[in-house]
Amino acid sequence: MPRVLTGNRLETGDVLWWNGSDWSPRLSDAVAIGDEGEALLARLIAAERINDPALIDVTGAPGAFIPTTTRERVRASGPSVRADLARGSLSVEAI
Amino acid sequence: MYRYDEYDQAIVDARVAEFKDQVSRRLRNEITEDQFKPLRLMNGLYLQLHAYMLRVAIPYGTLSGTQMRMLAHIARKYDRDYGHFTTRQNIQYNWIKLEQFADLLDDLSKVEMHAFQTSGNCIRNISSDQFAGAAADEIADPRPYAELLRQWSTLHPEFSFLPRKFKIAVIASDTDRAAIQLHDIGLQLRRDATGALGFRVYVGGGMGRTPVIGKVVRDFIPVGQYLSYCEAILRVYNRYGRRDNIYKARIKILVTELGIEEFARQVEAEWAGLAPLGLDAPPAEYERIIAQFGEPDYDRNAPDTLDLSDPDFALWVKQNVAAHKQPGYAIATISLKPRGGIPGDASSAQMDLIADLAERYAHDEIRVTHSQNLVLAHVRKADLYALWTALADADLATPNLDLVSDIIACPGMDYCTLANARSIPIAQKIAAKFEALDTQRDIGELKIKVSGCINGCGHHHAGHIGILGVDKKGEEAYQLLLGGSGAEDTSLAKILGPGFDENGIVDAVDKLIGFYRSARSAPDERFLDTYRRLGPAPFKEAVYG
Ligand code: SF4
Repeated sequence: MPRVLTGNRLETGDVLWWNGSDWSPRLSDAVAIGDEGEALLARLIAAERINDPALIDVTGAPGAFIPTTTRERVRASGPSVRADLARGSLSVEAI
Repeated sequence: MYRYDEYDQAIVDARVAEFKDQVSRRLRNEITEDQFKPLRLMNGLYLQLHAYMLRVAIPYGTLSGTQMRMLAHIARKYDRDYGHFTTRQNIQYNWIKLEQFADLLDDLSKVEMHAFQTSGNCIRNISSDQFAGAAADEIADPRPYAELLRQWSTLHPEFSFLPRKFKIAVIASDTDRAAIQLHDIGLQLRRDATGALGFRVYVGGGMGRTPVIGKVVRDFIPVGQYLSYCEAILRVYNRYGRRDNIYKARIKILVTELGIEEFARQVEAEWAGLAPLGLDAPPAEYERIIAQFGEPDYDRNAPDTLDLSDPDFALWVKQNVAAHKQPGYAIATISLKPRGGIPGDASSAQMDLIADLAERYAHDEIRVTHSQNLVLAHVRKADLYALWTALADADLATPNLDLVSDIIACPGMDYCTLANARSIPIAQKIAAKFEALDTQRDIGELKIKVSGCINGCGHHHAGHIGILGVDKKGEEAYQLLLGGSGAEDTSLAKILGPGFDENGIVDAVDKLIGFYRSARSAPDERFLDTYRRLGPAPFKEAVYG
């Protein structure tokens, strides 16, 4: 199962995904992380600019990854009860 | 209302300066997140699913119009134009940015507010009766005593690192609107046979993973000594509370393990040493604080009659307006549970309006209730219609207090990083199912409370119907509990049977209510009383049979 790297930006708390070279606010930019995941995670944790970084399981293909847990799907969609605040990375219906 | 003196303000200013420095050091990477996290939590700043969440303390749930307007300003300037009033009478903001936090704290401190002691293992914000100072059945206003507890517990050096968080509630009537028996300490103001004022002291109540009803540790402690008595309780807890296991660290576990008699013996022994030390406030300090909660300047000639010819207004009065101790006045509850809304949420514009209305009609006071509604406690009956009209224009006049759509729901998995399941959509679906007001009124008092995890912020154990979000192999699922109460007849809700998915739990509630309506002994027998009379078996049969 593919994994992607996610976390929250220190300064703003924004939800982010790793796009291979930087952080993106869109899940659709996320790249699948292979065996280098743990080393990348360790490097990013040490940099202390992203809070709660974590490798999460997703299904689907790049550009249309869907996290496997409800929690991560909610992080990608925004609060399911506030359509006006939708993050756009995942539709509420996909939660 | 209490106003800060120079000491209160100096404490807040010093703490704000300290935390601003900590924030800027974190932003410059001079301290790590591991070092910073306990500091931000001490200042009410959590990291949730979507952003930082800030919990601002509202002491005993009382606000002035100016303070409410500042809460609106903060929502507008630093958040996304709304705030969420919580079951601990506080407010939470869901979209806070760390880089703006220093300015936010400055703004809050301008109106004598802050966010510390809304997290961490300390004495949390003191809660109280939302009808304090107005209820016809109270002995005296409980808030001066809550205020003194606030001052005593603020940054108390001995109690800043307790085994676990510690919650205190204070009331002054036999009707319990603050769930005192479900707090670590619950204080009920009363008079002894001589007429002297004192407190009945409950200890070791709580919800969460191990729900326990508080026990009376002392039936009467004179008001002049309650502070040192609370200090003695905290000392025994601080010394012997379990620090080895987070799930057994609350005082309720210590009280249960020792037994109330032994716990009381230890508290009395501790207090015998403490009481002579002069820890209690001198009478002049009590009087200074009590004076600040003096009666509003009532209009003694206010008419005690109401024109109820507008049927919608009459409905709202019947459901959301309570008797006031002063003739010609009434207590109005503003429902934050409108049709399709999110329990406890208010927009900046609504907060601004409520601030204006409080200043115009309610002696500049607003209360937050633990049921996530707001109260204007001192409204002239003659002003009620104008108040209702203004509230109705802003979707704030839903006449559903204590009815099936007046549901408590924690933020759940829509926001909260600890959640197993979403709470708010469940509340919304149940409320939508019983949308017709006639149906709601026919069902009568019914308190549904929804938590997104075992921590129980949505008070599911105190629900007539409680709903608990659980994780079932990665899917959201919901347990159904029945028979709880957070009122003076406190009881703990019990699980009825196997859990449900999102739609199943709504159907189950529908079946429960259907059965209740067919089985109640009289139209005014409450759901809870029918349950208590019949026991769980027929309700279980109705849902699972
Ligand atoms: S009960 Fe659980 S899910 Fe709900 S707000 Fe509390 S910690 Fe979060």
